[in-house]
Amino acid sequence: MLWQALGLGLGYNATLVTLGAAMLGIAAGATGVFLYLARRALVSDAIGHATLPGVVAGFLVMVAFGGEGRFLPGLMLGAALSAGLGLACVSWLTARTRLHEDAAIGAVLSVFFGAGVVLLTVVQVLETGRQAGLETFLLGATAGMLRAEALSIAAGGAAVLALVVLLRRPMVLVAFDPEHAAGQGINLRAVDLAMMGLALAITVVGLKVVGVVLIVALLIIPPVAARLWSERVGTVVLLAGGIGGLSGYFGAALSATAPDLPTGPLIVLASFALFTFSLLFAPARGVVAAGLRHWRFQRRVHLRQGLLALASGQPVYEPLTLRLMRGRGLVRPDGVATDKGRAWAARARLDERRWHMLRSLPEFEAAAARHDGLSPLSEVLTPDQIAALDHHLGPEGAL
Amino acid sequence: MGAEFVMLSLTPLVIGVLAALACALPGNFLLLRRQALIGDAISHVVLPGIVVAFLLSGRVAAVPMMLGAGGAALVSVALIEVIRRLGRIEPGAAMGVVFTAMFAGGVLLLEQSAASGVHLDVQHALYGNLESLIWLDGDGWGALLDGQALSGLPPELTRMAVVALAVVLFTAVFWRALVIATFDEGFARTLGLPVRALSLALVAVAAMAAVAAFDAVGSIIVIAMFICPPAAARLMTDRMGGQVAWSVGFATLSAILGYVLAGYGPLWLGYESAVSAAGMIATVSGVILALAALAGPRRRGIAPM
Amino acid sequence: MALELVRDKPIDQSPLAIRGLTVSYGEKPAVFSVDVSFRAGQMTAIVGPNGAGKSTLLKAALGILHPLSGQVTAFGAPLDRVRARIAYVPQRASVDWEFPARVIDVVMMGLYRDLGLLGHIRARHRARAMESLARVGMEGFASRQIGQLSGGQQQRVFLARALVQGADLYLLDEPFAGVDAATERAIIGVLKGLRDDGRTVVAVHHDLATVPAYFDRAFLLNITAIAEGPVAEVMTEANLRAAYGGRLGPAQQAV
Repeated sequence: MLWQALGLGLGYNATLVTLGAAMLGIAAGATGVFLYLARRALVSDAIGHATLPGVVAGFLVMVAFGGEGRFLPGLMLGAALSAGLGLACVSWLTARTRLHEDAAIGAVLSVFFGAGVVLLTVVQVLETGRQAGLETFLLGATAGMLRAEALSIAAGGAAVLALVVLLRRPMVLVAFDPEHAAGQGINLRAVDLAMMGLALAITVVGLKVVGVVLIVALLIIPPVAARLWSERVGTVVLLAGGIGGLSGYFGAALSATAPDLPTGPLIVLASFALFTFSLLFAPARGVVAAGLRHWRFQRRVHLRQGLLALASGQPVYEPLTLRLMRGRGLVRPDGVATDKGRAWAARARLDERRWHMLRSLPEFEAAAARHDGLSPLSEVLTPDQIAALDHHLGPEGAL
Repeated sequence: MGAEFVMLSLTPLVIGVLAALACALPGNFLLLRRQALIGDAISHVVLPGIVVAFLLSGRVAAVPMMLGAGGAALVSVALIEVIRRLGRIEPGAAMGVVFTAMFAGGVLLLEQSAASGVHLDVQHALYGNLESLIWLDGDGWGALLDGQALSGLPPELTRMAVVALAVVLFTAVFWRALVIATFDEGFARTLGLPVRALSLALVAVAAMAAVAAFDAVGSIIVIAMFICPPAAARLMTDRMGGQVAWSVGFATLSAILGYVLAGYGPLWLGYESAVSAAGMIATVSGVILALAALAGPRRRGIAPM
Repeated sequence: MALELVRDKPIDQSPLAIRGLTVSYGEKPAVFSVDVSFRAGQMTAIVGPNGAGKSTLLKAALGILHPLSGQVTAFGAPLDRVRARIAYVPQRASVDWEFPARVIDVVMMGLYRDLGLLGHIRARHRARAMESLARVGMEGFASRQIGQLSGGQQQRVFLARALVQGADLYLLDEPFAGVDAATERAIIGVLKGLRDDGRTVVAVHHDLATVPAYFDRAFLLNITAIAEGPVAEVMTEANLRAAYGGRLGPAQQAV
């Protein structure tokens, strides 16, 4: 059943829904990158929760006019309006009061959600005996989704993705350095509005599949995971789209295999699994790689300190230093230097003296900026340059 | 309205007020530490904590649920910290990753386990059911003096009262240390204050408040109780004591006004049944915040002279 | 040639002794293998170019940052045992001045070690706080909201908070950054008063021109230690070149 679902073998509708969710995931992942880079990832949490009153109000309005309350485009319009109002409230609170954005986000998301819950109970009161089914918008559901709905979700996702591709340049510039971007004549307000507008569009499109509570995860988790793999914006956007797409695909497919597997949580958990993998194993910023680097770095620092202490006849202050020196055969167990230790210590001391000289010479200013007490000079200068430096050092330089 | 009020409204009202209080107190410190959204994260992860506690203990009981939710809150804070540091990820985004994933896990576990059939269901988890916490034995104001009737009080009330008391005690005892560590963490360290333990304790206390309030108002509306009263109070005064006092006042007002509007508002408009009290409490707290943002004497912050 | 491990015994009786201290952000040391002992009863400036690790050194010495390696003792004892004898004045910009507190509330924070969690604030505590405020010329501002103060006044409040601690060692991080001339004079007067009282003062300082007038000794730092000693001996052209390289302007060279 699982393989069938993953292979899109569960019928036309389930296939459509799965592909729609994948499209949604790609668009959300790519959009989220810009929010994340602008350090405003959690604004999307406010957007997500703030859609609830709009969905329910949309339902009430459509019923009041004698229509079918569950007409999806109507509900989406309501969602967009109230999420837009929520966003405006966040900006207003942040700009016009002393409150910071985090408080504004929390206040808007919880108050709008509360208002939505009040409206939900109003629907229950009016609809006595008939379930409106709006609760599925809380956590998302794809069971019983209509063909047209699945198609419109895929189309909406594709449209957002196209806009992201179109607007990526100004959005990157603004996310990275707003002041510089403004200096280049980019209209900050317009780009900010576009960024938020895209997040809002994704939220509204994905509401039915993932639900108001968890939609934010689609905008946050894939970009954060992608960022761990690369330092280049373009690559991060592509990766985030890929991770989001895979999450949507796996989540929706899994959810189609059994009746009580809610779609939204599964999509979120799929993306979290990809995130966890990235956090651990990404070569650039992953935990394993970073841990190894730190381990090596700490050893380098201790070793260098130990050698310098040896050369200048000073004590060391940490057991690790002594252990490392012994382990490399630089000192004997009783702390007396071996021949190798003496040679290495002399080299470290010469390096230190060369650095000291270099930093006072204007002609080496560029190299001096790379001084960190740790890097051997041979990593920074050519042998010829070192020879020139030794000339300044004078006869005692050779030590 | 005496007897009916005591039976149907008194306990939910008291629980609502206590929940709002218990959340607003730690909320003040979270707000000033720019960790308002920690309240958001905590309240979301209460759900998986409760479900896991249920699966492990096999019953819906207060103590395991409290422990489960408290544990989940600490796990989430630790995870956020780990992700933030190891992955060098901005705190907001790290928070978003952790609490959405844990919440999703909680929902999935809930749907998959028998818990949904027993007592918990997803909607309850999202917005609580304050109205159901009624006192069947409370057949009049006299019942408050009747030992037997008192023993029929909903257990949620006792739980909420104990937690509210614990929160008040924590705030009172650690007030001075909390204020110093919140204002100037580096200086607090040089005084020898256990800064890290303090902030963990603050999170744990907030988690406790969130769990106790969970029954009544669910995991999302509780965020309004953490953030809105302290945020509104922040716009009213420039004194720490004053801010906490205002937030307590706003929290109480939201709870009472919200409950009354939800219960009686529709009647006044000619409808039969009430609307969600928890949702209305959040809405009222939002309206109070909006009013404070429009007219609070300290809404703009301070311009240096 | 032998390597001796010195561990957990007092390095020396200096008010602040740092040995082999390395602190790094990521994989670039901000401070590398620094050894320095600050002289008791003297005023020492920690001097060096931007990014030399001056503030980092101070924060790591106080346990606010965690070093990669190294040992710090104060008055010949581990830091935690002598916290009461050390007062720290952080950079003004390190806190949110919108915090709901008055000037007197901030100064009272310095009395935490006396008051404890629940100790009652008595008249003598208040008097000590007011006296500290008077020493920095801020006694008229006790009930002022801290956000309403100018930069110089905020710096003075921070100094008053340290004074009220009655410490023997005062560590200040850029106390003169962004303050007006009157505040600079007031602060240096207070610091010299402390020195004359036998206390030790160590301050991160970025203005080479005022070092000789303000301080007795200087510690020249640029990631690694360059020199420490009396100002005249340390601020030589060779040392300054080693610390600042080509970045040294002619005005500063004239010192």
